[in-house]
Amino acid sequence: MSALEAYWKENLSLIRNLLLVWALVSYVLGILLAEPLNAVRVFGGPPLGFWIAQQGSIYVFVILIFYYASRMAALDRKYGFED
Amino acid sequence: MSAETWTWIIVLLTFALYIGIGYWARVRETAGFYVAGRGVPPVANGAATAADWMSAASFISMAGLISFLGFDGAVYLMGWTGGYVLLALLLAPYLRKYGKFTVPEFVGDRYYSNVARVVAVIAAIFVSFTYAVPQLRGVGIVLSRYLGVDVATGVWAAVLVTAFIAVIGGMKGITWTQVAQYTVLIIAYLITGIALANFLTGNPIPQLAFSFSDFAVRLSQLQVELGLQEYVKPFQNLSQLNVFLITLTLMVGTAGLPHVIIRFYTVPKASDARWSAGWALLFIALLYTTAPAVAVFSKYNLLNTLANKPVQEVQAIDWVQKWSKTGLLKLDDKNGDGVYQITASKDTTEITIDRDIIVLSTPEVAKLSPIVVGLVAAGGLAAALSTAAGLLIVMASAISHDLYTRIINPQASEATKLAIARVVILLVTVLAAPFGINPPAFIAQLVAFAFGLAASTFFPAILLGIFDRRMNAQGAVAGMLVGLVFTATYIVGTSYLGWPRFLFGISPEGVGTVGMLLNFLVAYLVSRATPPPPAEIQKLVDDIRVPKGAGKAVEH
Repeated sequence: MSALEAYWKENLSLIRNLLLVWALVSYVLGILLAEPLNAVRVFGGPPLGFWIAQQGSIYVFVILIFYYASRMAALDRKYGFED
Repeated sequence: MSAETWTWIIVLLTFALYIGIGYWARVRETAGFYVAGRGVPPVANGAATAADWMSAASFISMAGLISFLGFDGAVYLMGWTGGYVLLALLLAPYLRKYGKFTVPEFVGDRYYSNVARVVAVIAAIFVSFTYAVPQLRGVGIVLSRYLGVDVATGVWAAVLVTAFIAVIGGMKGITWTQVAQYTVLIIAYLITGIALANFLTGNPIPQLAFSFSDFAVRLSQLQVELGLQEYVKPFQNLSQLNVFLITLTLMVGTAGLPHVIIRFYTVPKASDARWSAGWALLFIALLYTTAPAVAVFSKYNLLNTLANKPVQEVQAIDWVQKWSKTGLLKLDDKNGDGVYQITASKDTTEITIDRDIIVLSTPEVAKLSPIVVGLVAAGGLAAALSTAAGLLIVMASAISHDLYTRIINPQASEATKLAIARVVILLVTVLAAPFGINPPAFIAQLVAFAFGLAASTFFPAILLGIFDRRMNAQGAVAGMLVGLVFTATYIVGTSYLGWPRFLFGISPEGVGTVGMLLNFLVAYLVSRATPPPPAEIQKLVDDIRVPKGAGKAVEH
């Protein structure tokens, strides 16, 4: 396997894992399970399903992008593909 | 000094600042004009992207929209932020590595096809124009509401300032004014959010006040007592399927919007595009996590102050008198019992609150200094102007760069190219102004159209161009056309021609997701039934997959 293929494979699996988190938080927890999760309230605040859909998911999105950027920087270095 | 005097001072100062920056950033070469010479640091590009992305609607109307939709307002919150994850992971670094000037250019080159190029040019112009008109309108409304200027004068003032910056500074001028505009708009938004949170909960940080107080639940209970819907309960206004599909359409549409994508062309390196997307979303999240807090606090406060209260008591409130005059707050004791009731039905309710009031009235409701009123006006203007400028450059570059210099006259000199770009910007701005002054009634719905179109045409074409080496011109063009025709037909049919929503009741705002899936399917089938792309295109795809060798600004 060439360096490019190996690099691309690692990149794709990172993207797949992060998109799974992205979909889990927004579509599964924020929408599909919103009603049952609304039965839970954390620290006396708003119901959990509502909180994830309107607030929590956005924090996760920000973290996902910064995590991706730092992991890819390491991957670029590992394969000598830095720009 | 009065709020109006403060507003004049702050608005004129910020306009002078934008013009000053525009003049400082004037450019003389096409790389500066189209991609700011690729010299914008990732953090600054993040701020510029945030200003570019957050429109007058995000600033003025979004919190109000959420407060009326309750839980279902999440489609905007998750949809418009989640798209940045797709952008950062799937598109931005590769498009930056490719290193040309526009989105239609990537589509045209990758698919070695002028048909693909022209389809992309038309989609880029349509999406951007649809989006630009409400921005200009937003400027006119803010100026007329705060300064008593008539809407037409306000729109023309906006057009002149924006055109000046874009014509002399191109993308470079726009980028650095957007950084200033982001600063103005976020300060304005946070000050009101902080004041409101502090006023009601004693906790000055809106996100924490929202997450650790029971105001959302109290608002929910209050609404139930008044006979309105439960605020925190999902799927009251939209079915679960529609919440799902609209969120996905907005996410994918965001990732496919050309004015957002081209912002990532301006950073120095491909790896910078990844960081820059993170900064952009962080800056956007500052506003987007404040908005649901503002929505809950102001709705609670408005209902608590107005509903089931005696007429005399309500009429004595300062801000009630002021907002009644604008027509955005309507109080009418229809049954004559001396008390204002709010009901779910339009015919019997005695309190009608326009959604724009939620943000605009906050400074007065929370008893802030008149300076803040001026600052909020300037923030709304900054949001509208920055987005309008970003859209203008997309339209101008699609026409001058992709149509004129790539198809009509490839031999044009550098000076001619730049002159054409400048004339086109001026023309587009001047043509958009009358639409901003008298927007056709359907323009608000067209925004849904813009997202559906971006989701069902650009996003799959670009994504497959990067991730599927085997994708060819036939597949991409067939996919884009099927996505475009299907999405456009469904939206036009169900919105204007009275068709029933024949696909499981899918609303026109969410149908872009279906169009996108059709695009992927058709593109795959057609590409596999036709010959693979030429070897040099497959090499190009390999090349954009690694950051190494992303050039500085290149002429071509």
